Amino acid sequence: MNLALNIFTIAAVSAGMFFFLAGTIGLLRFPDPLTRLHALTKVDNLGLGLVILGLLPQANGLFGALKLVSVWLLVQLSGAIVTQLIAGSVRQHGPQA
Amino acid sequence: MTSFLFGAAASLLAMVAISLFVILRRSAEIDHMMAAQLLGTGGVAILLLLAVATETPSIVDVALLLSLFAAFAAVAFVRNASDPESEAQKAASGR
Repeated sequence: MNLALNIFTIAAVSAGMFFFLAGTIGLLRFPDPLTRLHALTKVDNLGLGLVILGLLPQANGLFGALKLVSVWLLVQLSGAIVTQLIAGSVRQHGPQA
Repeated sequence: MTSFLFGAAASLLAMVAISLFVILRRSAEIDHMMAAQLLGTGGVAILLLLAVATETPSIVDVALLLSLFAAFAAVAFVRNASDPESEAQKAASGR
């Protein structure tokens, strides 16, 4: 049981790292701000989400796991709003805003 | 397991540091803001990995604060960019 949970953690955290890598490369290589924002949201949603999903079996108790989930929900909510705000700013002022 | 989590945190840190270094050399301010967002999300992931690896639950609180500050920083940036007064100042200073 413990081994299965450890394997789950390693798999999910590795998948999250892959999305962090993909988002970082996208942020560095994509040509204009809106596509770079698109890469950034992959990091926010999938990267952090998978890392936290992998950490859940290792958290101490139900309270610790709930706290991890609440961190993810906060990042999810603020990430979605902030991305919309930045995209609106790009639309209003052009890419050099 | 602990060493795997430490390794994951270290490689995330390297990734975020390299991308911050590259992005901050660009000229557009919007790129700087995206770098701050990446540091916010990446920092939260690094802190959570460290919290579980070192079994120090209070590091989760630090991660919570970091995500909150990243959101506030972006809102402050967008407000400043869309504020007509700051536009006038930019025009006056010739930028």
